[in-house]
Amino acid sequence: MSILKRKASSDRKRSKSIWEQSFRRLFKNRSAVFSACILGFMFLFSFVGPLISPYSSNGIDVTVMKHPPDFTHWLGTDIYGRDVLTRLMLAGRISLTVGLASMVLSLLLGSLLGAVSGYYGGIVDSIIMRIADILMSIPSLPLLIIIAAMLSEFKVPTDYRLYIVMLMLSLVGWPGLARLIRGQILSLREQMYMKAADVLGLGTWRKIFHHLLPNTYPLLIVVATLSTASGILSESTLSFLGLGVVEPTSSWGNMITIANNLIDFQKHPWLWIPPGAAIFITVVAINVLGDAVRDVLDPKMKGR
Amino acid sequence: MIPILFGISLLIFFLFALMPGDYFSSNRRLSPQRLEELRALYGMNKPLIVRYFIWLKNVFHGDFGFSLQHMQPVTTLINQYIWNSFIVALATLFFTWTIALVIGIYSATKQYSIFDRLVTLGVFASLSVPSFFIGLLLIKLFGVDLHILPIGGMIDTGSTTTGLAYVLEVLRHMILPITVLTFLSVGSLTRYFRTGMLEVLRMDFIRTARAKGLKERTVIFRHALRNAILPAITLLAFELPGLFSGAIITEQIFSWPGIGRIQLDALSARDYPVLMTLTMLLAFLTILGNFLADVLYAAADPRIRLTKKEGG
Repeated sequence: MSILKRKASSDRKRSKSIWEQSFRRLFKNRSAVFSACILGFMFLFSFVGPLISPYSSNGIDVTVMKHPPDFTHWLGTDIYGRDVLTRLMLAGRISLTVGLASMVLSLLLGSLLGAVSGYYGGIVDSIIMRIADILMSIPSLPLLIIIAAMLSEFKVPTDYRLYIVMLMLSLVGWPGLARLIRGQILSLREQMYMKAADVLGLGTWRKIFHHLLPNTYPLLIVVATLSTASGILSESTLSFLGLGVVEPTSSWGNMITIANNLIDFQKHPWLWIPPGAAIFITVVAINVLGDAVRDVLDPKMKGR
Repeated sequence: MIPILFGISLLIFFLFALMPGDYFSSNRRLSPQRLEELRALYGMNKPLIVRYFIWLKNVFHGDFGFSLQHMQPVTTLINQYIWNSFIVALATLFFTWTIALVIGIYSATKQYSIFDRLVTLGVFASLSVPSFFIGLLLIKLFGVDLHILPIGGMIDTGSTTTGLAYVLEVLRHMILPITVLTFLSVGSLTRYFRTGMLEVLRMDFIRTARAKGLKERTVIFRHALRNAILPAITLLAFELPGLFSGAIITEQIFSWPGIGRIQLDALSARDYPVLMTLTMLLAFLTILGNFLADVLYAAADPRIRLTKKEGG
């Protein structure tokens, strides 16, 4: 018993140093560090910014309606005289939260279903993979739009729309991930250390969660970053179409809906360009970081 | 392939059947009695499972239902709009592949140069920009501020041009949508070609070719290029559904009368037969595309066929 324990602890020490190594290599990548800084800024901007801002979220001020950017309102004001910069920060909270939450959900769903599918094989595998096939055969945007329309038919209260958008995005996001994880589990399952786990008589869940899934973490981290980016993009698209997050909750995507109004589109670009730029900058930063992380964790994929 | 199509048909049918409300319920002037009559007329009052099999039977007979919004069969409606989407998609496909091929190959041969770095930056921009935002920006820039391109539609309002003038007018309206769509899809393909080329350039036979004293041009274009773009042939098969799906967002932004806009219109009018047919068509094309990709891959790369034989 004590031998086993010592072995386990030394294993843990070694694996820790691998993470440390990766982290150090990531730190040397200038564009990765730069994007991490931008992301950090975006988070501070969204979550701490509104606390510093002198304007409140619903600070309606009819004296300064549709005011162009100046020193008091850095990004101008909207049709109700609300400060655009403050709204942009608050909308950022929603957009970033939806992106992260949908990533976590689809990661949980995808890795769990993928692991179960790969570990058990047989009928369980067939059922899960066929469902994944079906979901993947329908292009994701039409599918999202249909589900979103269906949910708006059910008259979901606007406050809950946010959570539903997260659910929808993860529903569309899990199949691809489940396939990846399943592939990994299939090959990991056949390795010698799994034989050892069998011999030790470990339980199924323990084998899946302590011995199989941890080996897919590098892959999961890469997928996680990229799926956060796509989550933010999808949310903004849905919200732009009026099918995602809806007023009074604002996200970067539904701030841009104002561009559908021809006058605002032509004459008041400060209402819709900043949220678009915010989406763009955030998503670029996430993608660059994700790419660097992939280079570090999976050298075979370098340069892709 | 067939079971998946059945699964999709089930999913699509029940998704739409579950939706509360139908085409008639958006019309508030109808009395409840008249509503019942209309629903009976269009067979909407039968049990769900019966309706599914009726729908399936009709689909097998090439009857995809009737669009109540447009008062014509769904197939006629789709046929009317799908080609508008198709020309845009085809032009986009052509530009995307040409640009991606040229830039991808060139930046691979000049790895780590300034140009290569710019290309990498451009690739990330292309992957990360929201489609509606870039569309709006271009309309603002070229349509509103500079006034050199139309802001949307397929022809000018009230235009009665025919012949060559008509073609030119449509072409002018196509420039911005095609630019947006090309920009959105060129990134990932450029990256694909660049990586493929880089991988090939590292191989031994390229070193041999150089050692033989062949010209760099011959090495790149005769030896490396062929091997680099061969796997890309299969990607063409994946483009199949995209040719007919219509770009929902871009068509919406540019008011292009294509299949994507029909889809959104049908959604707001609850014209479900149109949506069901379109989703079914897209799913079918996706599956067909995957199948073609497998076939092409085996045809393009003999090694694949060999492993498959051993495995099966």
